[in-house]
Amino acid sequence: MSVAIRIFVPQDASARSVGADAVAAAIPARHSGIPISVVRTGSRGLYWLEPLIEVETPAGRVAYGPIDGGAPEVHELLDAGLLSGAAHPKRLGDITTHAWLESQQRLTSARLGIVDPADIDDYRAQGGYAGLDAALSMAPADIVRVVSESGLRGRGGAAFPTGIKWQTVHDQSAPQKYIACNADEGDSGTFADRMLMEGDPFSLIEGMTIAGLAVGATRGFIYLRVEYPHAARALARALEAARARGHLGRDVRGSGRDFDISVRLGAGAYICGEETSMLESLEGRRGEVRVRPPLPAIKGLFGQPTVVNNVVTLATVPVILARGAAFYREFGMGKSRGTILLQLAGNVKRGGLVERAFGITVNELVYGYGGGSATGRPVRAVQIGGPLGAYLPESQFDTPLDYEALTQRGALLGHGGVVVFDDRVDMARMARYALEFCAIESCGKCTPCRLGSTRGVEIVDRIVKSANGTRAADLALLDELCDTMEKGSLCGLGGMTPFPVRSAMTHFREDFERS
Amino acid sequence: MRPDAVAQAVDAALAAYAKEPGPLLEILHAVQGELGCVPPEAVPLIADGLNLSRAEVHGVISFYHHFRERPPGRVVVQVCRAEACQSMNGDALADAVRQKLGVDFGQTRADGAVSLEAVYCLGNCACAPAMMVDGELRGRVDPARLGDLP
Repeated sequence: MSVAIRIFVPQDASARSVGADAVAAAIPARHSGIPISVVRTGSRGLYWLEPLIEVETPAGRVAYGPIDGGAPEVHELLDAGLLSGAAHPKRLGDITTHAWLESQQRLTSARLGIVDPADIDDYRAQGGYAGLDAALSMAPADIVRVVSESGLRGRGGAAFPTGIKWQTVHDQSAPQKYIACNADEGDSGTFADRMLMEGDPFSLIEGMTIAGLAVGATRGFIYLRVEYPHAARALARALEAARARGHLGRDVRGSGRDFDISVRLGAGAYICGEETSMLESLEGRRGEVRVRPPLPAIKGLFGQPTVVNNVVTLATVPVILARGAAFYREFGMGKSRGTILLQLAGNVKRGGLVERAFGITVNELVYGYGGGSATGRPVRAVQIGGPLGAYLPESQFDTPLDYEALTQRGALLGHGGVVVFDDRVDMARMARYALEFCAIESCGKCTPCRLGSTRGVEIVDRIVKSANGTRAADLALLDELCDTMEKGSLCGLGGMTPFPVRSAMTHFREDFERS
Repeated sequence: MRPDAVAQAVDAALAAYAKEPGPLLEILHAVQGELGCVPPEAVPLIADGLNLSRAEVHGVISFYHHFRERPPGRVVVQVCRAEACQSMNGDALADAVRQKLGVDFGQTRADGAVSLEAVYCLGNCACAPAMMVDGELRGRVDPARLGDLP
């Protein structure tokens, strides 16, 4: 009996949304007498080629895609010699040599699309748990020092130095400390957290475990948005496997230290991506923002010292521990060290996940990787950093994607989402939408956000209609309102909604003065 | 909704989660998972079980978009209305879905067959426009091909 040939089919939610499940279901147990086994992986993030499948051959994995024709296309491929990696119009060859992927510097996402997310042995065989191995032989303070020296900053959007946060929690003396992972990835245009949780969940679990050892926390929570049911299932399976192998739970790997993780589901509130609101929600309350200080690192979840980090941040910790702070710091520019997981989305020909050292320009991303708009029309704007991020006009596409460079241009990197718009976009409408979204999602605790957002929508409507010829006055009023929201709001929702609004007014003024 | 069904769902949720720290959201998820919603009759039972006021429980239910007080239609259709989907003509998709289902966002059709909800990002932004039908994610949705919706 011959060994089964393995075919890799993504179980990533996006890949499934365009037919990956139908492809997997159509692959028979045998073809021409040869046994086949299907392995469901994450996605490599070349989403325009999804569903992308790979077959294992003696010469390595051979990719085919996009397999969007369902079962008939699968059968046609099998008949054409898929199992031996034979020629076919959909054959892509060794996908790792595809320029789109080869030019990337994948550290955090190195195993995405390759590893079996349900198989802890596969994770280990591909370098997984090397970071925890290293951490287990170190004093907690030394783990914190490595993370500090790596230059890692929070990838959730605030870009706060992770090492400083960990140090603060490490230095507290408390009966209980927590690691709270923010997996409430609500920004439009972002999906890196989702991809990691679905495609390489052990990397997040390993990162949280290292964080627990470093700061002396014995309990971790993953606050996962309810819109990610596939990630919830992948995490549940991985957590179970990690516990069964002694990587989690009592006496982690015989270290004498305890650490375990629970997944808590959010309930469709964007504001719960804000860290203090997330903590309120984890405690079972309305997700209303807390006034800082005290910082969560000192008084966080249930009043105890808490590390709050994003999924990407925590999933990056293992590679830093495994390969050293110096290795990681060598990537990047200025104060932005390491790599950033950019998510290229919206109206773009080749969207997906681009992990690169900080510093590539918007041009390289949108035209080099993205190939321009999906519709083939001229690109007019990108929004960087989610619904609270600024819109950049094409004249500023030379901006490097790094925290400081974007700040200088009145923009921000946020969680690394970049949404592309073609020339049919109405920027006054996008500004209105930003305010409307803020009104829908405001927690209501502070007035500038709760009322400012609704008044802002009304002002944009007046500007566009130019009723009574008050446009100039209303534009000035909107600008003033943005000031109030920016300076007077308790958190980033009200405080940053002015970014998209003002950038639209500044760079695309003509859209406000049409009628 | 039958009072015993509500009591049973609440009791089961309390038994499973009441000892966890900060369990209210977990309990609401469990009740909604069982009954399709968190009916008003469940509020005093949950409040009693957790030693909270009814106002506190109601306040949490009303804060989160996900929790509903009435059962939804037999099929729940969610259409993403966020920026990345807008950039791929998500407005046309939203209009087409509205027309096909014969209901507006936030409504359940009179025959109880379907509810339509707006969502803000399904994390499918590289395959926009996106929607979810009963938990099944769909990407690159063509507004002209919605034939299988009720």
